[in-house]
Amino acid sequence: MTPTTIETPSARPGGLKLWLERYPFLPALIIVVALLALNGAFSPNSLSYRSLTGLLSTYMALIMLAIAQTYVVSAGDIDLSAGATLSLVNVAIVVLMEKWGGGTGAVVGAMICGILLGLACGVINGIVVAALRLQAIVATFATSIFFTGVALYIMPVAGTPAPALFWRTYGGRLLGLPFIFYVLAALAVLLFLLSRTRLVTQLLAVGDDQQAAYQTGLPVVLVRIKGYALCGLFSALAAFCLTGDTASGDPLVGGKMTLYSVAAVVLGGSALAGGWTTVVGSLLGALTIGLVNSLVFFMGTPSEWQNFVQGLAILLVLMAGVLAGRRARA
Amino acid sequence: MNAVIPFLKKPLVIALLLIVALLYLGESLSPGFASADQILRLLIVASLLGIVAAGQNVVILGGREGIDLSVGGVVSLSAIIAGNVMNGADGGILPAILACLAAGAFFGLLNGLGVTLLRIPPLVMTLGMLGVLQGLLVVIRNGIPSGRAAPGLSAFVTQPLVFGIPGIIWLWIAIGLFMAFMLNRTVFGHRIYAIGSNEHAAYMAGVPVRRMRIGLFMISGMFAAIAGLCLLGYSGSSFANVGEQYMLSSIIAVVFGGTSLAGGKGGYTGTMAGAVLLVILQGILTTVNIDESGRQMVFGATLLLLMLFYGRGRAMRA
Repeated sequence: MTPTTIETPSARPGGLKLWLERYPFLPALIIVVALLALNGAFSPNSLSYRSLTGLLSTYMALIMLAIAQTYVVSAGDIDLSAGATLSLVNVAIVVLMEKWGGGTGAVVGAMICGILLGLACGVINGIVVAALRLQAIVATFATSIFFTGVALYIMPVAGTPAPALFWRTYGGRLLGLPFIFYVLAALAVLLFLLSRTRLVTQLLAVGDDQQAAYQTGLPVVLVRIKGYALCGLFSALAAFCLTGDTASGDPLVGGKMTLYSVAAVVLGGSALAGGWTTVVGSLLGALTIGLVNSLVFFMGTPSEWQNFVQGLAILLVLMAGVLAGRRARA
Repeated sequence: MNAVIPFLKKPLVIALLLIVALLYLGESLSPGFASADQILRLLIVASLLGIVAAGQNVVILGGREGIDLSVGGVVSLSAIIAGNVMNGADGGILPAILACLAAGAFFGLLNGLGVTLLRIPPLVMTLGMLGVLQGLLVVIRNGIPSGRAAPGLSAFVTQPLVFGIPGIIWLWIAIGLFMAFMLNRTVFGHRIYAIGSNEHAAYMAGVPVRRMRIGLFMISGMFAAIAGLCLLGYSGSSFANVGEQYMLSSIIAVVFGGTSLAGGKGGYTGTMAGAVLLVILQGILTTVNIDESGRQMVFGATLLLLMLFYGRGRAMRA
């Protein structure tokens, strides 16, 4: 009953809580470091400069998609069409670049169209979910079917190659450094700039308490639409990374990535209910998925068991992510 | 007129009207679409979906963002377990049913424990479980042949049983009656609505919330398992990820039935109509002669359009 008996046990968690509050992605970072160490222990070669840049270029698309998902989750929404948007942009830019000759102008033009297309998909989702007030899970699933249809219309079968200029640049080097580092640096700057905008704060306010945000005078519907637009934009960026990595168009490539993007957001320590998210965490969450996959491979797991061990490991880190995130918020 | 409009706004009525309209549309697009034979065939497909949706329905009714994304994995797993246990022999049907139910209940239990004891959001927990199940399917498929359905099971699903109607449709009707009885006439059913509309109040009123929620996920797993078994009977042998399609379509069937994803409101009769509606829509799209891309675009757009008929969220008010 005395103040001291209450203070002593709460002192330590208090310090930890402060850290978690300031750096909510800390648990995800610890998991990533642990996975890197494990990867290194099983195969020292997996920590080489070459393998790590390879891992980064392969999973950059998932990182972008996880960040895309984070912005809608911030507002308490979800986007099950992010992967379909990625596929759509992927086939659209590949077809456009081919049509326009595959030169520098064609690549830049196609990327601008890709970004606009991603934004359009996002705005459609936003209108359907926020303005028409349909339930996000089922409505974005319906739009994902629609987007997949459009992607199939643009490119009925997978396999059209992307111009060499595009994937050589993505997988190549610039001024002695792998190009992927520049992508990462640009992403970091973009995320930093976005974090200073009013929109991100508004998204979190809407996600935390929609009614309260409305009563403070926030245009809730518009904010949510903007959140989806941001998601569409990053899905388009994800499509660029994927196209650079696979060097071809595939109308169904993103379908399986949607649920992974949701998993990455949770792994990063964000709350699916909204109002508490971390884009850095989502980036680390996507890396966690990549590292789990490579670890399972380097551990020498028999090939038929790999999917199972991956699934189990991801379930376990998901649980860890949720529990750690809750500790931070509590 | 005043009595008619609220009646027309009932989800079940909307679904039934839409079913009639779609059947009419299908018949005019391709004569013979609404023949008795065709309708029976559509109902068989709908019953598979409807049985999965029964489990999804109770999980969603239970609230707290209840949702079960692992049903597709359980359907696939159950189909392969059933195929191996019966392996083409009628004597193996009963053991297969028991094995499937046990597997469904087991994975439902794990989902329920994660959601209640660790308080993992259902979406995350069942998503993770889906990954585990998909991995498990790869392991099983590598070790053993996929197995065959017993003739008795195939006949039950595809051949007329009583009054020219296949057994699976009778089973679905029985499940519908059971669900209606459970949700409306039993303490357990009333408690589902109670925890779905206000978990805290239900807890204060003495409802064993945790045990209830674990039970709901187990029910969902077992219904998915039954559907997997019937799916094996429908297709004869199981193939990779047969159940995947049921993950989101079961949720859509529930939504088309007028059950709110927020929980606590809705019922299974509407879901049955929702499942039929979804299957008829897919049936029409496979009948008309357009390529896959057009089919997907029309399907996606129609789903959105149909959703507008159902419970939209409330507008923000100060």
